[in-house]
Amino acid sequence: MIASMEEVLRRPEKRTTGAVVAHLENVSKNYGSVAALRNVSLNVHAGELVSVLGPNGAGKTTAIKLLLGLVGPSAGTVNVFGGDPRNPRNRLRTGAMLQVARVPETLRVKEHIDLFSSYYPKPLPLAETFAAAGLKEIANRKFGELSGGQKQRVLFALAICGDPDLVFLDEPTVGLDVEARRTLWEEIRKLVTRGKTVLLTTHYLQEADALSHRIVLINKGGIIAEGTPTEIKSRTANRQIRCLSSLPIAEVCAIPGVLEVHADREGLLISTPGPDDVLRELFRRDQRLSGIEVISAGLEAAFLALTNDNSNSEVIR
Amino acid sequence: MSAASSTLPVPVFSRSVAASFKIYLKEAKYEFLKLLRLPVYSLSTILFPVMFYVLFGLLLNRGHEQRGVMVATYLMATYGTFGVMGASLFGFGAGLASERGLGWLEVKRASPMPPFAYFAAKTIVCMAFSLIIILILLTLGVLFGGVQISIAMAAKLIATLVVGASAFCAMGMAIGYFAGPNSAPAVVNLLYLPMSFASGLWIPIDMLPRFLQKFAPFLPPYHLGQLALGVVGVPLTQSAIGHWQALAGFTLICLGIARIGFQRSEDKSFG
Repeated sequence: MIASMEEVLRRPEKRTTGAVVAHLENVSKNYGSVAALRNVSLNVHAGELVSVLGPNGAGKTTAIKLLLGLVGPSAGTVNVFGGDPRNPRNRLRTGAMLQVARVPETLRVKEHIDLFSSYYPKPLPLAETFAAAGLKEIANRKFGELSGGQKQRVLFALAICGDPDLVFLDEPTVGLDVEARRTLWEEIRKLVTRGKTVLLTTHYLQEADALSHRIVLINKGGIIAEGTPTEIKSRTANRQIRCLSSLPIAEVCAIPGVLEVHADREGLLISTPGPDDVLRELFRRDQRLSGIEVISAGLEAAFLALTNDNSNSEVIR
Repeated sequence: MSAASSTLPVPVFSRSVAASFKIYLKEAKYEFLKLLRLPVYSLSTILFPVMFYVLFGLLLNRGHEQRGVMVATYLMATYGTFGVMGASLFGFGAGLASERGLGWLEVKRASPMPPFAYFAAKTIVCMAFSLIIILILLTLGVLFGGVQISIAMAAKLIATLVVGASAFCAMGMAIGYFAGPNSAPAVVNLLYLPMSFASGLWIPIDMLPRFLQKFAPFLPPYHLGQLALGVVGVPLTQSAIGHWQALAGFTLICLGIARIGFQRSEDKSFG
């Protein structure tokens, strides 16, 4: 899973210096005997786009609900803009897109947005919210008449209509088709361009990769890795070499550093942590080596590697 | 808020009164539109009392009297009570249970909506639907039932029933905090229909079996029904103050139960 050149170029610049606007410190959250989060610490800086990435049930939504003050921590500290997330003053500066089973269906799109806009002191003009969420054509439709993708866009609009500084998006693109997802990505990027801070959860690796300054990988209630998409990807050292070679497979397998070799119609696919040394050796042995391509492991590989490492042991961090 | 003595200035959040008023108004406006466009609510809460009234008050018992007033007048008061109760229980109770259970209330709570606006809007809208029902009954009664009622008396009837609706909003709130989103309408029906019958809202209380007549004073709709009957000229066996006290007590109990339900869900979230 490699981000296209276009996406790499359009990724917002990395930010590290902004003030901390959302903060979890050694936070645990239990629902009865179920531990949803265990000792999680997380800082989100102003202007940053952070993705919390993890499989279903990892604790992503719980993290968002804690930061929204919808649930309280069983242990630890939760801070938003330096205060209690339940403080109404902080709520005026935050917007949230949550997963909701049912939204009142008899209200029109523009009515929903008009109402939520009225909660904020300086909301975006309605037309601007419609434009940002792609709702112009459906503003007069009742919520119940919308498709799944359109409903998601309305929920996104509710999160941004108040022009908040900090936006929480819980699985914003779940259930969207590829095109709708990319449209929403564009809108999320625009938020960051306008200086907003965004914390989103997703279980789409590609989404975290394409959007984030920073990815927080979470599994079974604990953070298992954290860093830029590139840093996360480098956690799995393995690369793959594609090439055409006349060497017998057994000989290639015997080269030091080679982990695995696949042969198919397009040639060989060699997995290795050290492609440089393996390539030198291949060139030495096979003068006619051709069609060389070195592929870095995708985020997916990194994700699998990181989650598998921890799948049989308790996450302690 | 003791501003003078505090050394650390704590930023106290407050919206201007005008801004808050605007939010409350919008919240109520959209709550009203939401329910008006929901036929399962707007049609059933309005049509049932009206239909019963037309049938029993206007068509079947023409010219009969009940406790010294025409049946058309008597049943206007009791079906008015019945209608008010339904509008409030379904509007508040089933609405809250559904929005609480299916995540919409959470979206609202995450927003900067003043929490009280949500409940105020629901109460106002239940009262608005109550008003619509009473106005329809009054119009039908005067036009087709020969009901003679002064403007002042009609206004007093409307005021009594609309204020009385708040008791059933409180009851709806209690149900809304305990019932699930799918079971709430059934729970409401299970309480609403037997209670209405046993309180003498469908057929005059004097025609009910004696044990039910003895039991009725324990039911809140009985008290609102008696108050409404008192307004239209039926001699009451108990003072109006007593009925209001019973309703007020019932309202407080319901608010207490709702509070327990609210606390229960808070404990789940913040425990």
